[in-house]
Amino acid sequence: MSVLITSICAAAIVYAVSILYAAIGEIFSQRAGIMNLGIEGIMLMGAVSGFLTVVHTNNLALALLAVIGVGGVLGLVFAFLTVTLQADQTVCGMAFLIFGSGLSGFIGKNVTGIASAVKFEKIAIPLLSKIPVVGEIFFHQDLLVYFMYIIVPLSLFYIQKTRPGLILRALGENPASLDTAGTNVFRLRYLYVMFGCAMTAISGACITLSYTNFWNEGMTGGKGWIAFSLVAFSRWNPGFAALGALLFGGISILGMNLQVYLPGIPTQFYSMLPYAATVVALIITTGSFRKIHTAEPAALCQKYVREER
Amino acid sequence: MKIGNIQFEKKQTVSLRKRILNPIVCVVLALVFSSLLIIANGFDPIAVYAKMISYSFLNARGLYNSINAALPLMFCGLSVAMAFKMNLNNIGAEGQYAIGAIFGGGFAIFGPALPTPLNLLVMFLLCALGGGLWAMIAAVLKAYWKVNETIVTLMLNYIALLFLDYLCYGPWMAPRQTTAMTTTIPKSMYLPSLGGTSSGVLLAIGIAILLLLFLKHTTGGYQIGVIRNSTRSAEYAGIPVKRYILIVFALSGALAGLAGFVEVTGIVHRVQAQLPGGSGYTGIVVAYLSQFNPLVVILVSILFGGLQNSCAAVQLMGVPSQIATMLQGTIMIFVIAGEFLNHYKITYYSAGNREVSKR
Repeated sequence: MSVLITSICAAAIVYAVSILYAAIGEIFSQRAGIMNLGIEGIMLMGAVSGFLTVVHTNNLALALLAVIGVGGVLGLVFAFLTVTLQADQTVCGMAFLIFGSGLSGFIGKNVTGIASAVKFEKIAIPLLSKIPVVGEIFFHQDLLVYFMYIIVPLSLFYIQKTRPGLILRALGENPASLDTAGTNVFRLRYLYVMFGCAMTAISGACITLSYTNFWNEGMTGGKGWIAFSLVAFSRWNPGFAALGALLFGGISILGMNLQVYLPGIPTQFYSMLPYAATVVALIITTGSFRKIHTAEPAALCQKYVREER
Repeated sequence: MKIGNIQFEKKQTVSLRKRILNPIVCVVLALVFSSLLIIANGFDPIAVYAKMISYSFLNARGLYNSINAALPLMFCGLSVAMAFKMNLNNIGAEGQYAIGAIFGGGFAIFGPALPTPLNLLVMFLLCALGGGLWAMIAAVLKAYWKVNETIVTLMLNYIALLFLDYLCYGPWMAPRQTTAMTTTIPKSMYLPSLGGTSSGVLLAIGIAILLLLFLKHTTGGYQIGVIRNSTRSAEYAGIPVKRYILIVFALSGALAGLAGFVEVTGIVHRVQAQLPGGSGYTGIVVAYLSQFNPLVVILVSILFGGLQNSCAAVQLMGVPSQIATMLQGTIMIFVIAGEFLNHYKITYYSAGNREVSKR
């Protein structure tokens, strides 16, 4: 039984990390005032570009680089549309969703069903992995998971405690005053949107480079939306996002495992769990009946035009 | 606004000629850009485009099929346009479509046998009711607790699609059937065909006209416009904003539910897993490209229906069918960018701050 619990927890972490990259990227983007609804499409582009690179080169580092590059370029275009051209962010997000799912399917068609020779393998960290239960759960994972152990505290520290973090928060709350103080609002928003998209692309790469080693059209299967809702759920805080991701990971993996023990309930109902949980979590964390200050950045989704401030 | 050497100035009015010409130019540019991607994948873009157009639009059979493929898009597009008219992001047309199809399809398969017109009427109402009720979940949360409707409608999509899956793989699955679909609905529930197309297209046009009249010439339509421009001033003016959120969401959901009606009664004649097949999302693109004008929604839907229809033709050339979705996305991105150029005058200054060129 305890072996089962350990394996469920370890799987929950892998699931959590695969949505956490996107969620943290989106937190940075939204903190800067830009909402990117296209997560699912960008994840798919990350997944397919990573997989294509690894199939052709068998080089995981190169694949990761390609993923970050693709994410960055998509971010550049998204920032151009929303920051420079001030287009509606919701509509742009949907455009990216459709573009990403179409293009990823188009360029990935030839490698559908092929398995890549390499993927991120689990590495046991010496000593730490020997700790009973905890070691097996946390320290017998792949590199993408280990990176996350560093990224979460680092991004939390960056946003809450550093001067650039303060500027980032102001970017989403009151860009006009930052602009007056001489900060280049446009350039910073470009940077954070590009960073957010690169992280989102890595989220997709988690699926094809570590979770599995093949590519299938639309294989993110709604994970992007869970990452998106995690942002509001976590009140724009990377730490809470990590906890939330673990919760969702746990629910999903538990659902898959419960299936074995309670075969009377159709699989579809288990698959519904994370989505239903997201709605409930969203109501609890952002419903106005709580009468507390919402953490949503005040300038989120608002166009910033110098003359109109 | 000034970025580097480029100065943007907002224009007050945009001429009709530019309003029509601009999207067309953008679509052409999008096709040019996509052709680069097509070349990169080893195909000849001109041959691909020619095949797509001739297959979908240049013969009666193809055109009828394109219109049939466009039918659910028309209703999803109208649904999204309706909600956007009040700045409500209803991303949930996909799920509302599924629930509409479940309500109507359930009646068609298990309901009592009635005379044909009555049958169709009951089904029509049930599909609208199903879609409307599903949308109300998000509407109530939005109106009373200010919960973000974008995320809620999205999550409801997945729940609705999984429920449809469950029914089609489980209790509703036709006997001796290996694919996830129900039995065909009785002939008495077929929407009459009109030449080679379903008469659902007349229904779509009729509803689009009604919607246009409602938005332009009624108090309700006027008040929706006021709420869009400023919720706060609408509240000051005594407009019941909460009630309008519920009404508009219900209407929007009902329209998406009707996509289920036309598809089940007019095209597939059964309920099956993954029935909406992304129409709800494509509906968002359609609504945006139509500038939320109901009649233009019909036209753009036919264009997009043709795009989807033409997949079958290019697949024979070895081109992946995902080309249709890719083109839709590219077109939308280019039109979004072009929209900006329509509203701004752009002046470029050289280093010496001298005006160089104007657009």
